[in-house]
Amino acid sequence: MNLTELTIKQAHEGLKNKEFTSVDLTKAYLDKIKKVDGELNAYLTVTEKLALEQAIRADERIALSKAEGQDFPMLCGIPCAIKDAIMVDGEKCTAASKILENYVAPYDATVIKKLKEQGVVILGKTNLDEFAMGGSGENSAYGPTKNPHDKTRVAGGSSSGSAACVAANEACFSLGSDTGGSIRLPSSFCGTVGLKPTYGAVSRYGLIPFGSSLDQIGPITKNVDDAETVFNAICGKDKMDATSTDYKFQVSLAGQASSKLQGLRIGVPKEYFVKGIDPEVEKIVRSTIKKAEEAGAKIVEISLPNTEFALACYYIIAPCEASANLARLDGVRYGLSVDGKDLLDVYLKSKGHGFGAEVKRRIMIGTYALSSGYYDAYYKKAQEIRQLVKQDFAKAFEKVDLIFCPVSPVPAIKIGERTDDPLSMYLMDIYTVSVNLAGLPGLSLPVGKTKEGLPVGLQIIGNHFQENKILAVASQLE
Amino acid sequence: MISKEEVQHIASLARLELSEQEIGKMQKDLTEILDYFKLLNKAPTKISRRENLGGQAQNLRKDEVISQDREVVEKLVAAAPDKKDGYIKVKTIL
Repeated sequence: MNLTELTIKQAHEGLKNKEFTSVDLTKAYLDKIKKVDGELNAYLTVTEKLALEQAIRADERIALSKAEGQDFPMLCGIPCAIKDAIMVDGEKCTAASKILENYVAPYDATVIKKLKEQGVVILGKTNLDEFAMGGSGENSAYGPTKNPHDKTRVAGGSSSGSAACVAANEACFSLGSDTGGSIRLPSSFCGTVGLKPTYGAVSRYGLIPFGSSLDQIGPITKNVDDAETVFNAICGKDKMDATSTDYKFQVSLAGQASSKLQGLRIGVPKEYFVKGIDPEVEKIVRSTIKKAEEAGAKIVEISLPNTEFALACYYIIAPCEASANLARLDGVRYGLSVDGKDLLDVYLKSKGHGFGAEVKRRIMIGTYALSSGYYDAYYKKAQEIRQLVKQDFAKAFEKVDLIFCPVSPVPAIKIGERTDDPLSMYLMDIYTVSVNLAGLPGLSLPVGKTKEGLPVGLQIIGNHFQENKILAVASQLE
Repeated sequence: MISKEEVQHIASLARLELSEQEIGKMQKDLTEILDYFKLLNKAPTKISRRENLGGQAQNLRKDEVISQDREVVEKLVAAAPDKKDGYIKVKTIL
């Protein structure tokens, strides 16, 4: 048995039946990381010492629960990886930026606290586009993550390492964050399951912020069942995040009438199948839709008329929020500090030296759009369009239960293919950003591969707090 | 094309030092991106005030101090590049 190929459920069963220990599992993953990660670059930090300590404690807890005849938590002793924008107490947290190269997290993010309570094992911190800004993973200050299916291609971004490490069996599952597609896009490119939860479903306390009205943390896993397990462990109200909601996730709707494919109304937005989509991607996604139809689902063509404005709207709102959020990285509070003649000079130099090209670009766009004279034409306008995008979805969900569409118009691109042209990179997010603007949950499900062997993801979008419906339907299509 | 002076003005608002080379690249990239944003002029304009207030604005909380463990506070100060007696030190402003 290859321990690194197991799903969470399988690993849990193995631990329960004493086939192996959490230390065995952890060592198997650490070995695998040593073997393959030099090339893949999915990890920025491997937290070997922490992982082995946690594994020993997990084994003790498992032994104790057995002695008492009780169950232990599903994630107890399971090795995982965490996007390096989410803080793990006492470990480095770089956001893949030079400005935080030596920054050590002073506390646990709420999601980490919750995972630790279950007894999880943390293998390390994964690579990403600097401050989660990017769709390819190439904006990392520490080099791009390579796609495990084709090492000349990107893993997708921004949660590049989190998706690649699960696809390459370097972790049993991982956490990513999604502001405009950053969980779903790399999941589509790497062939993993990635869930971007409803805005407010998961606490973001301890996540280095990018666009605060859009950011959400979610799981990247080997199958749908595991995504449900991890989501269930991390969701819920947190007093440290005012936007989190008191959400009682109802597990496993699978098999219940309300989420059987039979009779389910699936909306297919006509605006999502237009020029620009790769013919192979379209074919694979359409054949999955056909499969759902054959299983008894009712396919309804819907219209999201403001789709064409969503990307521009997103690329105004997210940089505006980012320019405010990143103002705190000023050489005074934390991270890199470059000495200067006065305080202003310290600000200018620290930011100038610390941030990479894409982060600077977004700070500039955001500052421009918020500046006097341009505010109404850009920021205010974008906020109005955001309402229209929300209304489009609200109207669609009066007619359908779920929406099916592609995650990305293309499969994984070649490393370096679009780095000189920021706008062409932004266009890869065309199918994912609307979900964040509307605060909806969305999942990337691997549904096929191109002739070249590159994975293609189907995006399943649900109404607010309908994660259970998305997961139940996804597991029937898996 | 967005001017060099405009790029410099925005960079100074953002407290961002840019090299000559970066300014040139930024002119080109920002121009292209801002041109793309012109698409929004085609979008519908009539949005009622009420609809515009919906959604995200609902989860507000009181503006109050939430106490933090002493240990965490010490770690937060320790993370600052320059500090003295439990305070973060900054350069003279005036």
